[in-house]
Amino acid sequence: MTLPQTSPTLLKPVKPVGIVGYGAYVPRYRIAAKEIARVWTGKTSGLPIKEKAVPGLDEDVITMSIEAARNAMLRAQIDPAEIRAVWVGSESHPYAVKPTSTIVAEAIGAVPSTQGADLEFACKAGTEAMVAAMGIVGSGMGRYALAIGMDTAQGKPGDALEYTAAAGGGAYILGAADESLAVINSAYSYVTDTPDFWRREYQKYPEHGMRFTGEPAYFKHITEAATHLMQASGTTAKDYKWAIFHQPNVKFPQKVASQLGFSTEQIAPGLLVNTIGNTYAGAAVIGLTATLDIAQPGDRILCVSFGSGAGSDAFDILVTDKITARQSLATKTQEYIARRTEIDYATYARYRGKITMK
Amino acid sequence: MEIPRHWRLKKQRYGLVGEVCPHCNHKIFPPRDVCPNCGDEAKEQFAFSGKGEVYSYTTVYEAPAGFDANAPYTVAIVKLEEGPMLTAQLTDMGEQPIQIGMSVEMVTRKMRNDGDERGVIVYGYKFRPVAQNAIAG
Ligand SMILES: [Zn+2]
Repeated sequence: MTLPQTSPTLLKPVKPVGIVGYGAYVPRYRIAAKEIARVWTGKTSGLPIKEKAVPGLDEDVITMSIEAARNAMLRAQIDPAEIRAVWVGSESHPYAVKPTSTIVAEAIGAVPSTQGADLEFACKAGTEAMVAAMGIVGSGMGRYALAIGMDTAQGKPGDALEYTAAAGGGAYILGAADESLAVINSAYSYVTDTPDFWRREYQKYPEHGMRFTGEPAYFKHITEAATHLMQASGTTAKDYKWAIFHQPNVKFPQKVASQLGFSTEQIAPGLLVNTIGNTYAGAAVIGLTATLDIAQPGDRILCVSFGSGAGSDAFDILVTDKITARQSLATKTQEYIARRTEIDYATYARYRGKITMK
Repeated sequence: MEIPRHWRLKKQRYGLVGEVCPHCNHKIFPPRDVCPNCGDEAKEQFAFSGKGEVYSYTTVYEAPAGFDANAPYTVAIVKLEEGPMLTAQLTDMGEQPIQIGMSVEMVTRKMRNDGDERGVIVYGYKFRPVAQNAIAG
């Protein structure tokens, strides 16, 4: 599939848009991949990550989104009544019917003059919310919009996905570029119908279409999105100080980064999967919060998500001098990662509702 | 089913919103519209910072209906930095032993299901220890 070179590929708002505030959240419980392997396979090496983040008994996508949104508010220092959209991207919304977004909006004081919706697009629902938020702010319809990517992903017990399916994410308050800590120059999205991963309604665990998971899905969509964004922006990998790619395991983002010409150093701050797991709709967005935590004014950042089904959103971001004063206004991503309580498989099974009580 | 009561209390439960007395500046939680300090009317909303310290605590092993899925858990009397005391569950204690006077901060968490897993989920405030590595928040 190739795009006509003449098509206006970049998503570029009429009014320049940026990130006014951002916030991360990672729950404190961790289960080691080798602990999962102890129960199912006995393997001690060749595991996809070291450990993953597990939500506590009283946590879900709503509570986690509220904390990330509060962190974004601490950095943005704005009146919540001026937030005109609250969009939460996730594949683990607590309710089948009843929005996550209204509860988050209520908790941060953004009600009642606001849009509210839950977005779904596997692991790219969070960046989809960011693109939509760019639209609200960039069109002048609203001063601020809140976009969140957050998940409490579940893998079938014993399945390959159980080693990585994790919990965490980030929140972004978008606003005018001139009040932003980072300007979003443009975005580009690349979407096709690809059957690599899905979950049917009423099913607790997802399925994956093995032969579609790697090349035709993850690598194809990320490469196309990143390449088109950079071509249309007149940039190459060397123009970016940092890059973030969706991270279902450690190997995939390392490989796609290298194919696109990015170094290990460029992806290091945003590559969190080894210590928190694959946070699905939260994965690219929390890679970006961790990168913003250490970024300097003038740094250019490429962020590319991937969602099964399938598609990628790519963002070209330029950090401004407003970042320095805001980085320390809320808990940093690595500080959340450092708060950890290791749990065993039995506790994990209880926390994740894997034990049927009736 | 207590849906109307959950709905009415959502502001104070999600955001720790109470009141401040316009006459003597006393901070009030939960909101009661009359200042317990000077007795005058006090209806002005006030959002508490969520910072406080453990004043007293007890651990619940035999939880009441609706809370049993989380047992055992600790309930504390928390003294907010603005003055009022309230009762709340502690969460995310990790390996840290609970101590009188320890610094805690408010988080919004799942309290319980109203009824069974078909009912509305009730969210509200709990408190967790302030992380040693936290700069703010
Ligand atoms: Zn008074």
